[in-house]
Amino acid sequence: MDYLVDVNNMTFSRGDRLIYDGISMRVPKGKITAVMGPSGIGKTTLLKLIGGQLEPDHGDVTFAGESIHKMSRKALYKTRRRMSMLFQSGALFTDMSVYDNVAFPLREHTNLSESVIATVVALKLQSVGLRGAAKMMPSELSGGMARRAALARAIALDPDMIMYDEPFAGQDPISMGVLVKLIRELNDALNLTSIVVTHDVTEVLTIADYIYILADKRVIGEGTSQQIQDSDSELVQQFLQGKADGPVPFHYPAESLSSAFLGESD
Amino acid sequence: MNWVQHIGRQTIGRVAACGRAGVMLFGALFALPSFKNIPLTIRQLYVVGVQSLAIIIVSGVFIGMVMALQGYTILTDYGAEGSLGPMVALSLLRELGPVVTALLFAGRAGSALTAEIGLMKATEQLSSLEMMAVDPLRRVVAPRFWAGIIAMPMLAIIFSAVGILGGHLVGVDWLGVDAGSYWSIMQSTVDWDKDVINGVIKSLVFALVVTWIAIFKGYDSIPTSEGISQATTQTVVFSSLAVLGLDFVLTALMFGIE
Repeated sequence: MDYLVDVNNMTFSRGDRLIYDGISMRVPKGKITAVMGPSGIGKTTLLKLIGGQLEPDHGDVTFAGESIHKMSRKALYKTRRRMSMLFQSGALFTDMSVYDNVAFPLREHTNLSESVIATVVALKLQSVGLRGAAKMMPSELSGGMARRAALARAIALDPDMIMYDEPFAGQDPISMGVLVKLIRELNDALNLTSIVVTHDVTEVLTIADYIYILADKRVIGEGTSQQIQDSDSELVQQFLQGKADGPVPFHYPAESLSSAFLGESD
Repeated sequence: MNWVQHIGRQTIGRVAACGRAGVMLFGALFALPSFKNIPLTIRQLYVVGVQSLAIIIVSGVFIGMVMALQGYTILTDYGAEGSLGPMVALSLLRELGPVVTALLFAGRAGSALTAEIGLMKATEQLSSLEMMAVDPLRRVVAPRFWAGIIAMPMLAIIFSAVGILGGHLVGVDWLGVDAGSYWSIMQSTVDWDKDVINGVIKSLVFALVVTWIAIFKGYDSIPTSEGISQATTQTVVFSSLAVLGLDFVLTALMFGIE
């Protein structure tokens, strides 16, 4: 199989805190790869590492065979035009209308005339169902609509890959359904490669072609959604079934209750 | 040993911040100039310049009026009320114009710049620009930076001009100083290079420092509500202190012992 992104034995830490301890993962071309894990595990950080916004301590991340962190700034910016990222908040520019937001990458990176841009923007908005909202300002949009508008912006330049950062977080069932459908359809129609970072288990199991589960600074499970569901790892099962206690403990590490209350030294 | 560690950590933190600020300034100043940035700069000129006009004009008039009033009561004791014009003009052009404008600018436009850029960071707009292969330094920082540098000297000149008119209003129209001596003694005393140009140079330096601090504080802020409020406060405090400190140095260099 052909891989678009290859994370090879990567270690990353923030200050003194180790976030990733030698993780490896590969993202197959044209597929939807999901990255799941408990919150606070640094899933967004992973996307920023792939996008070249952060540098790993050791190891390497390649995009289409080229190392992201070894390329020049110019080459990195050129590569970023081929990837796109949907931020959790949408990250629309609040001082521009939806139309101008979607037109933004086109105006920055192409010399298309305004009439061509208008057509492209209308098509992109149509594909996320927001052509009627072109004149609205981001503050007037609901959370789900803002994310769809941001998605239209993310596909404006027809990238090779889209990274979704928690696309389902805080969505009602309808917008969740819309987003699931959009991610699948856009991936297949535009021949994209998608990376979806999330902790919404049910949605992911329905759309992802391949799944990685991260916990405890490393990859604890990977496979197709069937393989993941059949996994015999206790940690993976705890995560899938949402058990409160298990290998990931309910209690944040602390001194024992008796010593905390009674002042006994352990 | 704790406080030694603390001092060390603080110092290292400060030095690192200076380094980041320098890198940011370099990135903003030496980003390849692009024609797409000109409309952006003009828009920022409107925001930081035109929208600051009201506060600058009102403050200028009142400061001119107060100076004429104070100056008149003192000068009249010595029968020197004819010197009211040059007194008002020189204080405004040399000191009050650039300094008060810079302080007002830090409070009015600097804090807004910090909050805006800090919020852009908190809402991931800066990150998303980067991921869209658009350099935020060129797109967001540079236009605001240039707008600040262009706007502040103009505001300072307007401040001084309006202040001189305010002084005229109180000194001549109200207290009855002779209009001819107000203007003619001012004209013969004020030197173009020494007073006017030096005032503009001061104001350019203040513009650089205030805008730099404001933008860096936003760009480097911790992207939380608390972080942004802290950054905004720091912008006003640091730039006010920097302006006052630099003013002394510049005054010593320009008007000091020759």
